Amino acid sequence: MSIESTLPVLKPADFASDQDVRWCPGCGDYAILAQMKKMLPSLGVPRENIVFISGIGCSSRFPYYMNTYGIHSIHGRAPAVATGLKSARPDLQVWVITGDGDGLSIGGNHLMHAIRRNVDLNIVLFNNRIYGLTKGQYSPTSPLGKKTKSTPMGAVDNPLHPLSIAIGCEATFVARSIDTNIKHLGAVFKRAAEHRGTAFVEVYQNCNVFNDGAWEYAKDRETKDDTTLELEHGKPLIFGKERQKGVRLHGLDPEVVELGKGISEDDLLFHDERAAEPSLAYLLSRMRYEDGFPEPIGVFRCVDRPRYDDEVNKQIEHSLKDKGKGDLDTLFNSGETWTVE
Amino acid sequence: MATATPTKPVSDLVEATVRFCGDSGDGMQLAGTQFTTTSALLGNDVATFPDFPAEIRAPRGTKAGVSGFQIHFSSTEIFTPGDTVDALVAMNPAALVTNIGDLRDGGILLVNKDAFDKKGLEQAGYETDPLEDGSLDKYKLHSVDMTKITRLAVEGLGLSQKEADRCRNFFAMGLVFWLYDRSLDPTLRFIEKKFGKLPAVAQANTNALKAGFNYGETVEAINTQYHVGPAKLKPGTYRNIEGNLALAWGLVAAAQLSDKRLFLGAYPITPASDVLHYLSNYKNFDVLTFQAEDEIAAVTAAIGAAFAGEMAVTASSGPGIALKGEALGLAVMTELPMLVINVQRGGPSTGLPTKTEQADLNQALFGRNGECPMPIIAARSPGDCFYVAQEAWRIATKFMIPVFVLTDGYIANGSEPWKIPKVADLPRIKISHPSANGDEFQPYERDERLARPWAIPGTPGLEHRIGGLEKANITGNVSYDPVNHEKMCLLRQQKVDNIADDIPLQELDGPESGDLLVLSWGGTYGSCATAVHTAQKSGQKVTHCHLRYLNPFPKNLEKILRSFDKVLIPELNLGQLNQVIRARFLINTVGLNKIQGKPFSVIEIVNKINSLVG
Ligand SMILES: Cc1ncc(C[n+]2csc(CCOP(=O)(O)OP(=O)(O)O)c2C)c(N)n1
Ligand code: SF4
Repeated sequence: MSIESTLPVLKPADFASDQDVRWCPGCGDYAILAQMKKMLPSLGVPRENIVFISGIGCSSRFPYYMNTYGIHSIHGRAPAVATGLKSARPDLQVWVITGDGDGLSIGGNHLMHAIRRNVDLNIVLFNNRIYGLTKGQYSPTSPLGKKTKSTPMGAVDNPLHPLSIAIGCEATFVARSIDTNIKHLGAVFKRAAEHRGTAFVEVYQNCNVFNDGAWEYAKDRETKDDTTLELEHGKPLIFGKERQKGVRLHGLDPEVVELGKGISEDDLLFHDERAAEPSLAYLLSRMRYEDGFPEPIGVFRCVDRPRYDDEVNKQIEHSLKDKGKGDLDTLFNSGETWTVE
Repeated sequence: MATATPTKPVSDLVEATVRFCGDSGDGMQLAGTQFTTTSALLGNDVATFPDFPAEIRAPRGTKAGVSGFQIHFSSTEIFTPGDTVDALVAMNPAALVTNIGDLRDGGILLVNKDAFDKKGLEQAGYETDPLEDGSLDKYKLHSVDMTKITRLAVEGLGLSQKEADRCRNFFAMGLVFWLYDRSLDPTLRFIEKKFGKLPAVAQANTNALKAGFNYGETVEAINTQYHVGPAKLKPGTYRNIEGNLALAWGLVAAAQLSDKRLFLGAYPITPASDVLHYLSNYKNFDVLTFQAEDEIAAVTAAIGAAFAGEMAVTASSGPGIALKGEALGLAVMTELPMLVINVQRGGPSTGLPTKTEQADLNQALFGRNGECPMPIIAARSPGDCFYVAQEAWRIATKFMIPVFVLTDGYIANGSEPWKIPKVADLPRIKISHPSANGDEFQPYERDERLARPWAIPGTPGLEHRIGGLEKANITGNVSYDPVNHEKMCLLRQQKVDNIADDIPLQELDGPESGDLLVLSWGGTYGSCATAVHTAQKSGQKVTHCHLRYLNPFPKNLEKILRSFDKVLIPELNLGQLNQVIRARFLINTVGLNKIQGKPFSVIEIVNKINSLVG
């Protein structure tokens, strides 16, 4: 008998904790929470084997609202907490919930190292391009010129782009979705959960209190088909309401073209999430709305590489096999010893 | 083999202290370690003090690059590496000028004459050659052409001159081995093991070692050999052990005794790195080591591992502990068991990375935001680190609390004979994890010690969330209730205070009352013990009280303190324990403070005792 068939079938409500959710009404975090609860039962993983680890920020309250195991840790350090947990217990499914400030400012170092180690974690970065919890300072993803409480004359720091960073850290799974695009979001979470290795997911999230409308172009019914592009493995990059536009390569640069007029689908760039080289994923991560490109959503990259948690535990197994189970008495008596009668 | 029938008179000594010093590339640490191992195998009690520069490669021949290793060996029980040196080996002028002050009058001075050229003398700041100007007349000076003789001894083995010169330390060792009537066998075994795959190098080191020994045997100028017999240690099998190794072994033992896997999260820092190095080799003991990207990741990963149900440990030194501060608050809030090891070194900031100090007591006591009490245990000697690791883990798990373990650079790198325990005799550490019993799980429900349950992920029915925000007692829900917060602060403090019921009463070395109590902690144990013994022998009413538990204190400490006319607190800081004792007990204590990156010499404490009890 397989174990799965004996498991109780869980419903989204089973993943809800008894805590009141305290985000501002209208916050994009609600939708993300809802999709997570909806998706998790489809994985067939028992609730007790799932752990949510977060840092600090509005989004990092997430674990309190999930009826799983969880740690609401300290600002920026969730990837490190999760690395310790997952290395010790590879049997658990571990999610890291972080924000653009939490993950990229104070915790940039840990994020980078968790990704390059390829620890089997699912990292979800809620990107609202602002510090919500501390009431509206600019974040590392805020655009140049962004006026906030701490940048009354506009931000002069160049923004970071989370997916470019993840790819630069050799991420094996990179994806993007949008809080309001609930079907897509759920599907991306599922793919992330199924990926073995670090899955890094950026979610465009609206902070309706301190940065309302930051992603309006990507959400608005009127514009979203022209400003976003849904990636599909093996398919050409096509977008637009009438699916009349595409992206092709001009030298090493992408360019937006109209289909027809002598340009066919075959001239377009084809998506390959399994490309061994991350160049394509990186190129996609650099396509920006303000530069006239549609912003890709979906899975940018999904490749296999050895996982840190797996490898460290294998080393222990190998060492046990090679040397036998360590015996302390033997260890203590190794080397030069002498006896006093 | 090597110990030929002596041809020169042998003079018996109770004890002696030898120091090897030279350039940091000269292999002085190796010479010292070999001499120590050999002496320990002979049955001497030994105590060592390696002292090396922070710069890995200061310019050759300069004072900044001098590295030393001191060994005190004795036919009686000893506790320190010795105040003054009986025999000093100086491989160059810089080593001579920086170490000669510690050689006792009439002591033996062996120098490598070949290094006393114009450049060498200049680098050391000598205006005239001390080997010729009479300034060393009060010592038994032997200037030996160590470089030349070593080159001759290894001739024909195909070594480059640089490689040949690298064998000089073996020549020096051979000579000192002869001087103190030690067998060459352990070192020959070491050479075989270490250089067996490089036959020419092995042969060269062997030749140099024997050349040094034979030099002593044949050269007229050195006319006495000394002998220090075995000490009467308690029966048992012994080995020589350094503090960091004892600590690593103590951790592995604690893990086994509690049926746990050991998880170490660490980021390299002197003098704590060896704990990471040692443990990295014990994978077949089910030890997982994580070299993190920084200290914050090291401690937070340990918190993750603690949540997972492992024996979680993080080890660092002062600056690294400073970085861990915020996460330690999280560990205290989440009431997870783990060990935080601070191998102290000179501070503040990067301070004196390779030198010892005990100035992080305040950091351990207070170095976190909010009311954030943590228990603190300090090791007193290299071998003691083994037991302290286990005791700390026992407390951490019994009370569900992160525990500070303090050692220092002096204990960590120093060594002493260690009676090898039988694992079966070590106390087991009982830990239990709850499982669901039908009731709603309350993650902050407490037992009689106020410890909360250690429920680990993967256990059905016990799903719960912990974190840094204040928690309501019992339910563990986030709570900003002012009264609850105060209650939780008091509970967390009470939890630490309750540990006092679970630790032994403070023991004393000496009568229970008298003129003076010497109160010490950590690595000053040896100097204080020896000084108090000296005072006691001369009839002074002095007692020694050495603290292992610094938070909470043993329950009888106040009574002890009040039973003496005066209390002296020697510390390698500006009076951190002193301040705590005064604040806690309102007792007028006297401090003896030293912050020179060096341990106390016995005489410094003896002098202070004399000034207080006359
Ligand atoms: C060490 C530390 N520094 C600063 C803070 C204050 N702080 C809390 S959340 C936050 C920024 C959060 O921004 P983001 O990650 O974007 O999350 P959001 O609230 O927008 O979801 C800051 C600066 C803190 N909690 N800890
Ligand atoms: S401040 Fe912004 S991010 Fe935070 S809960 Fe409110 S809307 Fe959401």
